[in-house]
Amino acid sequence: MAAAKRPTLPAILIANDLLEGEVVFAAAQGWTRDPRQALVANDEATAQSLEKFGATEFLHARIVDPYLVAVEVNAQGVPQPRHYREALRALGPSVRPDLGKQADFQI
Amino acid sequence: MYRYDDFDRRVVRERIAQFASQIERRLSGALTEDEFKPLRLKNGLYLQLHAYMLRVAIPYGALNARQVRQLAHIADTYDRGYGHFTTRQNLQFNWPKLKDVPAILSLLADVDMHCIQTSGNCIRNVTADHFAGVAHDELEDPRPVAELLRQWSTLHPEFDWLGRKFKIAVSGAAQDRAVLKSHDVGVRVVRDPATQQIGYQILAGGGLGRTPMIGQVVRDFLPREKLLKYLEAVLRVFNLEGRRDNKFKARIKILVHELGLDAFRARVEEEYAAIDATSADLDPREYARIAGHFAPPAYETLPAVSRRLEEAQARDEHLARFVEHNLTRHKQRGYAALTISLKPIGLPPGDASSRQLRVIADLAEKYSFDEARVAHTQNIILPHVRLEDVPDIFAILRAEGLGEANAGLITDIVSCPGLDYCALATARSIPVAQALAQRFADPKKQKEIGELSIKISGCINACGHHHVGNIGILGLEKKEAESYQITIGGDPGDAYALGELLGPGLPAEHVPDAVERLVAVYLAQREPGETFIETTRRLGLAPFKAAFKEIADVVA
Repeated sequence: MAAAKRPTLPAILIANDLLEGEVVFAAAQGWTRDPRQALVANDEATAQSLEKFGATEFLHARIVDPYLVAVEVNAQGVPQPRHYREALRALGPSVRPDLGKQADFQI
Repeated sequence: MYRYDDFDRRVVRERIAQFASQIERRLSGALTEDEFKPLRLKNGLYLQLHAYMLRVAIPYGALNARQVRQLAHIADTYDRGYGHFTTRQNLQFNWPKLKDVPAILSLLADVDMHCIQTSGNCIRNVTADHFAGVAHDELEDPRPVAELLRQWSTLHPEFDWLGRKFKIAVSGAAQDRAVLKSHDVGVRVVRDPATQQIGYQILAGGGLGRTPMIGQVVRDFLPREKLLKYLEAVLRVFNLEGRRDNKFKARIKILVHELGLDAFRARVEEEYAAIDATSADLDPREYARIAGHFAPPAYETLPAVSRRLEEAQARDEHLARFVEHNLTRHKQRGYAALTISLKPIGLPPGDASSRQLRVIADLAEKYSFDEARVAHTQNIILPHVRLEDVPDIFAILRAEGLGEANAGLITDIVSCPGLDYCALATARSIPVAQALAQRFADPKKQKEIGELSIKISGCINACGHHHVGNIGILGLEKKEAESYQITIGGDPGDAYALGELLGPGLPAEHVPDAVERLVAVYLAQREPGETFIETTRRLGLAPFKAAFKEIADVVA
């Protein structure tokens, strides 16, 4: 697969937990399963720091496939992916609202 | 049904131990993701949009009750209480954890199942006519040869790392219900007109995906004992000469296309002659041993008509509809093959809950000689039920949400998981299927429309077989939004055809309107007894394009 284009900011870092497979987001400290707790990079330096964190964690076999995702931050301060694919990824299957993060976190 | 012998069991157990060790090495960091990925794929484990996905092989779609119950147990213990049946007769679990995969594989091995070669660049699960062994139009049961191919292709030392995946389908009937021409290789049981000997016609170079191509006949007739040698030649030519410079041009269909059929055939025949001269034919005793596993069950001698069923139908219009659409003629008098539709209106096509799986297992055990089949249309077949028992079976199915009387009708929609689950998808498929099923839910309307297949894929890879749907729907991304292209005229069977595009892509909410317009053209212009596909062939694309344009213009 071709390298993903660098997304516009603000952005969050998304990955899969290696052991569980579940989608995780880089947070202020480590990883979170809750997309609302994702650390938002509003500037280039934070985005680079997130990418570096992802690369290190990948090397340490804790996560796979880390990449930045462009988000909008809503009025409640919660980041929401701009692209429909990433929005689905952050919530769970649209056809099974009882499954995924939308169910786990009542989003 | 085929039962594993000690060798089969040892192969599967050794493979589990091997993969468990690979997982451990991955978790310890000894294997990188790049090293691990092809290994996990060879064991059927994908990393999808939300989680890992484990694809369980169901050789030629055949299951017994014990296996179905084990799938239900795995769904409850290690997944989210359901599984998804695919267009290649397999089952997918959508939420397993990597750490649990060895335990899941061990449970599968307990019932003679595995996930080997359900992904990766190797020979995939062999598929077959889901009415194998029971179809009234069958020349010979294709399951023994499908099982022979399963054994031959499992961990084949030469073909375990091909340039790209390789899919084989087998049919033994007059009517092609196995979509042979969509496969890398299709094997069709035929009779040699000169000698009356049973053998095989070999097709090659079919495929869907981004470059759909129609499988072509490479060999008109091949004696049974030569089949494996000939397939070895086909695979060797593909393995040595197929392109490896471009993943999208690496399937055998591209090789056949680029060489030309005659040149491809000449190379295969040359290779085959060399193999044939230096190795032994298939031992007929081995074929007979395998075929022995597929001996017909102990059918009762029954009248052709069941008065009990007829009386029950007269009292219950739901049962009458179910009998009309979901029973298929059986070669044994007094029996039928019964289709359990996994397309309840408004629910994801092909999904079955663990509870439903247990019901299917119970029904298979009690009423169908312990057999169930997965169809590539994402339904379950009980291959041999007594007509007498159909009212009882239907009552149970209906109570469990499995009584939809829509087999082969417009709401019997084939759909890949699409972007609701799949990491490769460019758009969702399931919600489109749900909206269409709801639009055409009225049983009277469905009956009026008659036989019509809608097939939906959420990306160009075409797992939903959209190219061969009478109406095909392909979900793509257009300007950062989901967009659906519609094709018409596809046919997976004997009059095999790839659908033709009607116009520009539509947003999801306009797809039901567009399909309704196409159906309206058919209903207005069909001749008596004509099915949708027959009308499209007679009329050509123009009237359907015109009707489609009315919707497309509104959207544009």
